[in-house]
Amino acid sequence: MNIDLSRRGFLRLAGAGVAATSLGALGFGEAEAAEAAHVRAFKLATTTETRNTCPYCSVACGIIMYSKGDVKAGEKAELLHIEGDVDHPTNRGTLCPKGAALKDFVHAPTRLTQPRVRRPGSDRFEEISWDEALDGIARAIKDDRDENFIAKNDAGVTVNRWTTAGFLAASATTNETAWLTYKTVRSMGIVGFDNQARV
Amino acid sequence: MTNAWTDIKNTDLVVVMGGNAAEAHPCGFKWVTEAKAHRGAKLIVVDPRYTRTASVADYYAPIRPGSDIAFLMGAIRWCMENDKVQWEYVKNFTNAALLVKDEFGWNDGLFTGYDEEKRDFDKSSWDYQIGDDGYALTDPTLQNPRCVWQLLKKHVDVYTPEFVENITGTPRDKFLTICEMIGECSAPDRTMTSMYALGWTQHSKGGQNIRGMAMLQLILGNIGVRGGGMNALRGHSNIQGLTDLGLMSNLIPGYLNIPTEKEPDWQTYMSTRDFKPLQPNQTSYWQNYSKFMVSFLKAMWGDAATAENDWAFEYLPKLDVPSYDILRMFELMDQGRVNLYFCQGFNPMLSFPHRGKITTALSKLKTLVTMDPLETETSNFWQNHGIHNDVDTASIQTQVFQLPTTCFAEDEGALVNSGRWLQWHWAGATPPGQAKHDTWIMAQIFQRVRKLYQEEGGAFPDPIVNLTWNYEDPNEPTPEELAREMNGKALSAVYDTADDTKVVAEAGKQLSGFGQLRDDGSTMAGCWIFSGSWTEEGNMMARRDNSDPDDTGMFLNWSFAWPANRRILYNRASADMQGKPWDPSRKLIEWTGEKWEGYDVPDISPTAKPSEVGPFIMNQEGVSRLFTRGMMRDGPFPTHMEPFESPMANVFNPKMRGNPVARIFESDAARLGTSDEFPFVATSYRLTEHFHYWTKHNVVNAALQPEFFVEISEELAAERGIKKGGRVRVWGKRGEVWAKAVVTKRLRPLICDGKPVHVVGIPLHWGFMGAAKKGFGPNSLTPFVGDANTDTPEFKAFLVNIEPAAEEPVA
Repeated sequence: MNIDLSRRGFLRLAGAGVAATSLGALGFGEAEAAEAAHVRAFKLATTTETRNTCPYCSVACGIIMYSKGDVKAGEKAELLHIEGDVDHPTNRGTLCPKGAALKDFVHAPTRLTQPRVRRPGSDRFEEISWDEALDGIARAIKDDRDENFIAKNDAGVTVNRWTTAGFLAASATTNETAWLTYKTVRSMGIVGFDNQARV
Repeated sequence: MTNAWTDIKNTDLVVVMGGNAAEAHPCGFKWVTEAKAHRGAKLIVVDPRYTRTASVADYYAPIRPGSDIAFLMGAIRWCMENDKVQWEYVKNFTNAALLVKDEFGWNDGLFTGYDEEKRDFDKSSWDYQIGDDGYALTDPTLQNPRCVWQLLKKHVDVYTPEFVENITGTPRDKFLTICEMIGECSAPDRTMTSMYALGWTQHSKGGQNIRGMAMLQLILGNIGVRGGGMNALRGHSNIQGLTDLGLMSNLIPGYLNIPTEKEPDWQTYMSTRDFKPLQPNQTSYWQNYSKFMVSFLKAMWGDAATAENDWAFEYLPKLDVPSYDILRMFELMDQGRVNLYFCQGFNPMLSFPHRGKITTALSKLKTLVTMDPLETETSNFWQNHGIHNDVDTASIQTQVFQLPTTCFAEDEGALVNSGRWLQWHWAGATPPGQAKHDTWIMAQIFQRVRKLYQEEGGAFPDPIVNLTWNYEDPNEPTPEELAREMNGKALSAVYDTADDTKVVAEAGKQLSGFGQLRDDGSTMAGCWIFSGSWTEEGNMMARRDNSDPDDTGMFLNWSFAWPANRRILYNRASADMQGKPWDPSRKLIEWTGEKWEGYDVPDISPTAKPSEVGPFIMNQEGVSRLFTRGMMRDGPFPTHMEPFESPMANVFNPKMRGNPVARIFESDAARLGTSDEFPFVATSYRLTEHFHYWTKHNVVNAALQPEFFVEISEELAAERGIKKGGRVRVWGKRGEVWAKAVVTKRLRPLICDGKPVHVVGIPLHWGFMGAAKKGFGPNSLTPFVGDANTDTPEFKAFLVNIEPAAEEPVA
C-alpha cells in the first residue's frame, strides 16, 4: 500500500515553510533564499512507503518500509529504512530489538543471490543457472518417485504414497506460498511433510 | 490463541507459564503492561528461570522443568477444594455432568488399557456411557461417582500442596499464593488469561501441559470471554497459517485429515466422520466435514474430481503410520531410507534434536534442496568448521542445490498472526541478484515435473498431471490468484440449503464464507476456514480500518480473522444461560431475545437459543471437555509424567520412563542419559535480541548478545568450580558444547524429593554461518523423542553434566 504524500514529506515541507516565514518577517529576504537552498532534503521524503508485517514472531507487528524506487510502478526499489506502523492496532508503532534491526536482515552480507550446487564429495558450492538447478531437481524428483512410489501396500490396498522424499515448509512464507507448496507436495504423494510448528 | 493480542488488555490476571513473552514476543507483551497499568491486572510467572517476564511480574515462582502437570493438577485440586469454581459455567458449558464408562480408571500412573509392548492404550473405556437414544448419560447434580466432575475430583486428589512441592520444587507457600490469586478469577466478573509457548509444547507430554491449563480455565469460566482464553504464542510469523493450511504429514487444509490405510476409500473415510451430536440440540459443526473435504478435493483436482470417482480421493496418499513427522523422517534418513529432501526456509540442522544424528542423516541423502534468503547451516552441513562442525567433507556424497529466495520485504501476501488474523502485506523492495519468490520456485519445479510425466509417463502420474493449475501465468501464480483459490468459489450455482430455488452464489463467484460450501461438487475452496478472506467484496485481509468501538480490542474491520472474522473463539460462553454477559462491563455478545449480537462475530448460529444450544459448537457434546475421551493418546486427564531424562523416578510408577506412550526409536532409547552420569537438568530458551538462528546474520543482533553462553546458579558454579565468564564444557549422552558460563541469581537450585536439582539454561541462536561468533545450540544435546500426540521434541527438559574447560586459544 503506497501513500501519495508521505508523512515525512509533509513534515519537511511544513518545516521549510516555517523557517522561510520567520526569516522573511525579520527582513532577511536574501538570507531566506540562502537558508532555503541549504536545508537538506529529508532523506525519506522522496521514498516510497510500503506496509508490511514483521517476519519474525507471531505478534506480526505492522511495519512501514521506505524504499528508493517503487516496486508497484515496475521500478527497481532499494530498501532504505523500516519503522513500526503507528496505525497498526497490535504494536502501535513500536518494534522490539529484532524488528528494529530488520533492515539488516534484508541487506545481510549472507543473503543468497545466485543458485548454487555442491557436488558429491566437493568442498565448495558452484554457481549454476536457474534452468540447470530446476531441471536437476525435477529430474531427481521424477527418478526417485518413479523408483520408490508405493501404489499398493503388501495387502494390495491402494496407498499412493512416496516416502523416500520429504519436504520441510517455511513458516515465515505467506499463505499463498504455503498453498502452492501444499498443492505441489501433495500431488506427488509426499507424506514426509512438515513445518516449524513443533520447533 | 483463542483470543487476540489486543484483547489481553481486558484481563485481570495474566499467567505466563511455559513461555517468556516479554523476551520472545515483546510487542505483544505490551498488552500485558497495558492491562497492568490501566486495569490493575496482576502478572504471575512460573518458570525455571527468573526471566525478563518474571522481572516485571507481581508474583514469581520457580518450577522444575518438565513438572508442570503436577503444578496444574494441584491448582485444579485447590480450586475444587476451596469452592473457587464458576459453577454455572462448569455445569452448563463443560462435560462435568456426563457419565463415563464404569471400566475407566487410573492406577500406578497409568489409565486403563495400557499395553507395554505396544506402548499404547486401549482407549475403549475412556468414553461416555451412552443411553438408548444415542446421547451421553448425564447427572446435572454432579453427584454420580461416574460423572466427569467426580472422576476429576478423584483424579486430582493426590496433587496436594505437599505433593506439588515435592515434585515441582516450587515452594509450598509460593504455590498456595498463586492458587489464591488464580482462584479469585472464578468470579464471573474476573478473568484470567494463559499465555504459553514452546515452554509447554516441547515436552514428551506437551499436549497434556496445555490440557491442564485449559481445564483450569474452564473451571474458572475463563474461556470465550474478554481477557481470558488459552493463548498459544506462536513462534514464527506464519506458523499459524502453515498449520491452518495443513503443511504437515497427516493434515489437509482447515484441520482435515489425510486418510490412513484403514480408510482407503471415500465411504470408509467418511464413515468415522459423521460427528453425530452426543447431546440433544447440539450444533456439532464438524457434521459439515464432507462439504469442506469435497471443496478441497475440487480445489486440488477440479474437473478430474467427480462424484463418480469419489472426488479423486484415490489421489491422496494413505498413511501406514500416524504421521511421517520430522523425527520419523530423520530416523528413516539415518537408516538410508530417504533420498531426496527439501528445506524451504528451514534449518533443521540447528532446530531438530540430536544434531549428531541430523548430520549423519543428511549425509546419507542423495539430494538436498534448500530454499532460503540466507545461508543456513543445513545448506552447508558438509563444510568442516572445526569443533563447530567437525565433518569429513570428502566422504559426504550428498548433492546440495541451494536456491536463493526473496524475503518478506520483496514479497506480497498474507501471514496469520497468533490471534488468527490474516494480514496482507505488500512488496517494497527488489529481490537481490537472482533471488526468486518461493511461488515462482514451486511453480517452476511443479511445471517441470509435470512435463516429465506428460512426456515420459511414470508412477501414478494422475494427481500430478490433473492438478488444477489454471493461473494466468503458469510460471508464477500471483498471490491474488492463490488467495482467491483458498477462499473458494462457486463452480456452478450454489443453492440455499433451506430453499433450493434460491441461489446464494452464482457460478464463478467468490464465496462469502464456509457456510456456502457444498459436498455436491458445486463449490471449491482450498482451505475452508479461510473462506471469507477474499470474497466478491475483495481482499478482506487487506482491510486497514483500525477503529475499535468502545475500546473492546476486537478491531473487526482490521484484516480478517478465521473463522468468519471471529476474534474470540467460543464467545457465546461469555454470556450466561439467558444470554446475558457474565460481566456487563466486558460484554462480547448477548442474546436480544431473537438473536445474538455484540462486538464480535457470534461463535454460534445467530438465532440459536441460549438455553438450548451449547457454546462449544465444534464438539459433539456442545460443551467443552474436562475429560477428553480417547482423543489424546496419553490420557483423558493429564497425569504427572517425568521427562525421558529426569533426575527423579516417576513417583506413581518408578519403572515408567517419560511418557509411557510416546514413540521412541530403538537407537534413540539407547542414547538416553541417566542422572548418575548427567546430574543436571537442562532447558533451552531464546533471548530478546535474537530470533532463532536467523538474526545471527544481522550485525546489530549478533552484537547485542554476541557469544554463546550457558546460564547456571551461583550454587552450581561453586559446586563445580566454575568462574563467572569462564569457559565450560557441557555434555550429555548425545553430544557436547563449549560455552561461556553466565553465573546468575536468576537460577536457583530447587529442592525436589529432598534433594537439590540444579538447572542449566542453554539459549539458542548460534551456529557456524552468519555475522555472529561461531557457537553451539541446545540441539547438540537434546534427546530424539517427542510428545505422544504431536511428536514435538523434548527440548525443555533433559540431562547434562558441566565442568570448567580450558580457555579458547586467542587467535
